[in-house]
Amino acid sequence: MSVLGPGWTSLFYLVAAVCFILALKGLSSPRTARRGNAIGAAGALVAVVTVFLSAKLENIPLILAAIAVGSAVAVPVARRVQMTQMPQLVALFNGVGGGAAALVAVLELGHSGDPWVRLAVVFTMLVGAVSFAGSAVTVGKLQELISTRPLLFPGLPVVMGAVVLGAVAAGVLVIVTGAVGWAVALLVLGLVAGLLLVLPVGGADVPIVISLLNAFTGLAVAASGIVLGNVLLLVAGTLVGASGTILTKVMASAMGRGVTGIMFGAFRGGSTAGSTVQSDRPVRSSSPEDVAVQLGYAQRVVIVPGYGLAVAQGQHTIAELAIALAARGVEVVFAIHPVAGRMPGHMNVLLAEANVPYEALKELEEANPEFPNTDIALIVGANDVVNPAAKSTPGAPIYGMPILEVAQAGQVVFLKRSMRPGFAGIENELLFDPKTTLLFGDAKDSLTRVLGAVKAL
Amino acid sequence: MMDPITLLTVVVLAVFVGFEVVSKVTSKLHTPLMSGANAIHGIILVGAIIVAGQADDPWLLTVALIAVVLATANLVGGFVVTDRMLEMFGSRKPARRGAGTGEDGK
Repeated sequence: MSVLGPGWTSLFYLVAAVCFILALKGLSSPRTARRGNAIGAAGALVAVVTVFLSAKLENIPLILAAIAVGSAVAVPVARRVQMTQMPQLVALFNGVGGGAAALVAVLELGHSGDPWVRLAVVFTMLVGAVSFAGSAVTVGKLQELISTRPLLFPGLPVVMGAVVLGAVAAGVLVIVTGAVGWAVALLVLGLVAGLLLVLPVGGADVPIVISLLNAFTGLAVAASGIVLGNVLLLVAGTLVGASGTILTKVMASAMGRGVTGIMFGAFRGGSTAGSTVQSDRPVRSSSPEDVAVQLGYAQRVVIVPGYGLAVAQGQHTIAELAIALAARGVEVVFAIHPVAGRMPGHMNVLLAEANVPYEALKELEEANPEFPNTDIALIVGANDVVNPAAKSTPGAPIYGMPILEVAQAGQVVFLKRSMRPGFAGIENELLFDPKTTLLFGDAKDSLTRVLGAVKAL
Repeated sequence: MMDPITLLTVVVLAVFVGFEVVSKVTSKLHTPLMSGANAIHGIILVGAIIVAGQADDPWLLTVALIAVVLATANLVGGFVVTDRMLEMFGSRKPARRGAGTGEDGK
């Protein structure tokens, strides 16, 4: 149908673009976030209705059926996914978006004679394919279908170099000849490049990679806007590309890492491969009953939840423990490191799901000054984010990363699975400090036992 | 193809807007923000619909319809899951949510 003329079409696309800007703006503050997201969804709806009313389209019933299928698959998954698996789902949706952009570009190749447009086609295909394959690997790593450890093989940089050169060559051939065969070759090379780029990344850095690939898909969508001559795709894609880049940088600096170090560290050999060497230095280990007594008779307890808590899915148990302690008159707060969990900001989502009161969550800057007035810092499944080496050891991989200064609390209790160092692969001196006790075991099991013991006090 | 200078203008302005809107975001909201930005690039659905609507042979149409399915999953799934996360953020601070509703009403 061509109900709408070009003027109205552009106007409605402008409305949609403004909605997307408002959505991103809204999402940056807790008060306006949900409304912002709704505005973004409304903008998307306006854009989709507009395309049906403005472009000369065949196959409309089939397109509507495909939209129904996509929704029927995505909505139930989005509704039911566990909050601990959120990072996987974000990566998955990102990957399929990148894949869609690559396919759109391939199909438009036949309609584009202009070399600049073909360049945009090549860019969209390549970046979309990298994002698709890279996201698939991140999903696999987060779901632990493949090893979370960096996967490396000798000659990886050579293979990667060959793939990149091949992709450039295929890209040039696509631009010159416009042949679909070269386009398919380019897609395949893009997929291989995506795999090679993400496989060497360690599990702890995967969240940063999700954010980076999110920005990549944004750029692919922006380039597809040039391919199709559609300003909305250009604006929306550029917005996501730019905001995704900034977000990636913010997250990387919260981890005290550079983005290039994360992406190419493995190639240079300076990877984040965690050491598995266990220390045999003596530590003070404790029982759930002793920990319960320590906690139950404290005045102020700060809980530092980390990756291990998310993996053990112990967020509900820790929320219960906080309630049980509060019932005994203990002041309990949670200190949340910006990169706690399996994705930056993930711990806030997990604790929100477990109904931990908003006031009990303290960000790093709020939490640190209060540690000297704290009787016990209870660290559950976290290590690197409380490792004093970030402040004291200039050579350490995490040096410069802001940490939660739990060492200033009266006593420190670690709930840990083992003595294995964290992802950064460095020992935590705090574990050997005289005021530190350790309770070994799965975070959820340990918490359940401590909770039982607290209730029995 | 559109006028290259117009395109460049649009891109540069969009880059600055993108930088500005997320540069001061609180770390509490990084996960929903990433998920929300992720939903926005699902608007590639518009592109997928256009190519599917212009596909003139069954093979091209099939590929285009796959793109429509993938893009829809990205767009719809992204907004739904972001809303679900943000709903939880709202529910644990009733006082704040009350204030937000008041603003919505004006």
